[in-house]
Amino acid sequence: MLLVGIALMAAYAVLAMILIYVERKITAFFQARIGPNRVGKYGLFQTVADVLKILIKEIIHVNNVDRFLFYTAPFFMIIASMLTFGAIPFGKELHVIDFNIGVFYVTAVSSVGIIGVLLAGWSSNNKYSMIGAMRSGAQFVSYELSAGFALMTMVVLSGTMQFSEMIESQRFCWNIFNGHISSLVAFIIYLISGHAETNRGPFDLPEAESELTAGYHTEYSGLQFGFFYLAEYLNMFIIASIAATVFLGGWMPIHIKGLDTFNQIMCYIPSYVWFFSKVAVLIFTSLWIRWSFPRLRIDQLLNLEWKYLLPINLVNILVMVILVLTGLTLTDLF
Amino acid sequence: MSDLSLFLTVFLTGVVLVVGGLGMAILLSPKSFNPQKGEPYECGIPTRGTSWMQFKAGYYLYAILYLMFDVEAIFLFPWATIVRELGIQGLASILFFLLILGLGLAYAWRKGVLKWK
Repeated sequence: MLLVGIALMAAYAVLAMILIYVERKITAFFQARIGPNRVGKYGLFQTVADVLKILIKEIIHVNNVDRFLFYTAPFFMIIASMLTFGAIPFGKELHVIDFNIGVFYVTAVSSVGIIGVLLAGWSSNNKYSMIGAMRSGAQFVSYELSAGFALMTMVVLSGTMQFSEMIESQRFCWNIFNGHISSLVAFIIYLISGHAETNRGPFDLPEAESELTAGYHTEYSGLQFGFFYLAEYLNMFIIASIAATVFLGGWMPIHIKGLDTFNQIMCYIPSYVWFFSKVAVLIFTSLWIRWSFPRLRIDQLLNLEWKYLLPINLVNILVMVILVLTGLTLTDLF
Repeated sequence: MSDLSLFLTVFLTGVVLVVGGLGMAILLSPKSFNPQKGEPYECGIPTRGTSWMQFKAGYYLYAILYLMFDVEAIFLFPWATIVRELGIQGLASILFFLLILGLGLAYAWRKGVLKWK
């Protein structure tokens, strides 16, 4: 039990550090800069240095904040992302939590994070924080629906909510191909709402620095700010890995029915390599989107969700059900 | 290990991460006092008034709408898992269920809730 905890914590911290480095480097390349290159070769130890720096920064006690809520908010952020993180299958037999309601558990637990954001914004007693938190709340809550429905479409297809069974059902055909156009629509909707849920990409208006300083964590300093930062990056990883697991087969290698030799060769590549390469592709896509589109306005953002994604999603679920019931999915056909 | 103990392990890992991190930061970080430091962040001028005040109602309307659909999701997930077993009959009943919800969304739309004012 202790071992599980330590391993999880180490993975959490190390992944966040790697992600921050990767994000900074890739962002720099997108913007025709070099990015971090002073600490260590290619700036590889930049994030290590940053972590050390943030640890020795003073935690400033702001007047007029709601003390209790102010200090509880980081707990919500970290615990919510940690609970979701624990449910990710990193490889064959390499997962901590494998509930039979996996997908539902993930959608339920990941939405606890928003309580942390709202508490942080409300308790700071700062107008920037307040507006940031409100925007973030409206945005998260809206896109949570689409993300949930997109995952539900895949639950219909796989017929199970458990991640391990879901991956097993994608042995010969990934879910994204299995349900034809319906799967693809769900995948794209999931990517969009995943972006919005993590306050990234064109949807980063809760933290729009030109108008709101830093949004809901304006008043936080030192490591407390670090926790928000950590949770944000981990959430990006979590969204990418859920997408990889549910739509792209998770740690399952590419298998083609009938080609046994090919399948066996593919199995020699370790399962976690498959998982992390799929996640890496998705994270790169997310960064690409982030630096390619201009920021939306709050009304455009909410319109996109409620007037387009949600109705499309509801229809999409019905289409998927019909596909499944009439036996038109790829695995049923071949 | 049982599911519950695994869940608790992960939960406690999160708590320990925050508490341990904060404890370490408090031990390592310097402390200095300056009356200006405690001021809320603003662009150079003192903040006027508190920010705990009435806020735009538009956000709450979306929250209420969300509640409706989120509760629906709880009912839909179990159905989604056993779609194959339930067959056409299940589809028909869920269609009716979705229709009522769609009407709810259409009503909100018509009433102008989804319009940002």
